[in-house]
Amino acid sequence: MDGIHDMGGTQGWGELHFDPDEPVFTAPWQGRAFAMCLLSMNRLTGRNLDAMRHALERLRPLQYLENGYYGRWLLMAETLLTDSGVIGEGAVDARARKLRGEDVSEPPEPELAKPDYTPAGPGSLRQVEAEPRFKVGQQVRAKNLHPKGHTRLPRYVRGQVGTVERIQPAAVLPDTNAHFIAENAQHCYQVSFASKDLWGDDSEDFVLLIDLFDDYLEAAS
Amino acid sequence: MSPVPAPSDLPVDLRTEALESILVEKGLVDPAVLDKFIKTYAEDVGPLNGAKVVAKAWTDPEYKARLMENGTAAIAELGYKGPQGECIIVLENTPTLHHLVVCTLCSCYPWPVLGLPPGWYKDPAYRARAVREPRALLAEFGLDLGPDVEIKVFDSSSEVRYMVMPERPAGSEGLSEEELIPLVTREAMTGVAKAKAPA
Repeated sequence: MDGIHDMGGTQGWGELHFDPDEPVFTAPWQGRAFAMCLLSMNRLTGRNLDAMRHALERLRPLQYLENGYYGRWLLMAETLLTDSGVIGEGAVDARARKLRGEDVSEPPEPELAKPDYTPAGPGSLRQVEAEPRFKVGQQVRAKNLHPKGHTRLPRYVRGQVGTVERIQPAAVLPDTNAHFIAENAQHCYQVSFASKDLWGDDSEDFVLLIDLFDDYLEAAS
Repeated sequence: MSPVPAPSDLPVDLRTEALESILVEKGLVDPAVLDKFIKTYAEDVGPLNGAKVVAKAWTDPEYKARLMENGTAAIAELGYKGPQGECIIVLENTPTLHHLVVCTLCSCYPWPVLGLPPGWYKDPAYRARAVREPRALLAEFGLDLGPDVEIKVFDSSSEVRYMVMPERPAGSEGLSEEELIPLVTREAMTGVAKAKAPA
């Protein structure tokens, strides 16, 4: 989806905040949000890293920005757990109000709705028997796709022509896996793009390399 | 799919405590398991792992050859593997070629060798600008690359993870593998800095 998360090349963010001595977690709740989210993903909601990333993208743009990185992890955990019927909608806010002494009723227990979906193997990499459709050195065009759901094809390369630099390990397709439709394991290619093709003749001169799935590409030579 | 959580004006630390309270009450989460998990990523899995990989590659040409051929396997030789490390490619910086790593869509990062991503890596400014104006961005980190240095920016959009092997700094020729480790920073292994000069 064309969401706030797709930040590549967007402008107006200002200067970078850089603190080389920053601790891993700057407050204790951050570690707990991180750990609960990963445990939720691994054990409680269908073991699907792509669904987890998509939960992040589904946040409203202001929510995404205002909650910061580990605030987003908490919201990801809540979203995955609500999707799977482990907790009810609004359960976290209701419990939070109770913890601080407010007299509120909590939502009823939902019905468990964990996706009926078993990964074909651990992790995301898979063996694919078919030969890769594209060869190293071949020109390819990133398709102009705008799916409503999850994708790992960022806007800034869509429609652009690049060169296949390397055949990467085959892997599950995030676009279908995130929605528990199918793993759709396929080849993945490291593709290079010239900065001036992406950002115009006045841009800095550099090479951009990005890993793109077979479904994202079409031959351009 | 259910709706995403409604925007909330409750403090995030209280909301985190609330979720833990619900999951513990349901018997789905053991706070001691969370503690162990947090300790692992706060103390054990961090950029020291990657620094050991780089220092070994600087001093052992055969190891370096294996590392460049198959990063994942050579890194696993030192015992580093796990989540976000299914396939790790090592990018070697040279006097004329500089690599920079970003994830524009989220914050993908090679956890087994670098730990969890630092704040700047997750900053929208970094994610947005690394693929559009890397030279200007690197200058804000204090790294000015000459016009003769080619820049390659890697956007981590699949499950492949990238780690930069910085150039071995001048003046470090006499140092042992152990002495080289502190010169290799997290920033150098992401490509926003060079390795530190020896003291």
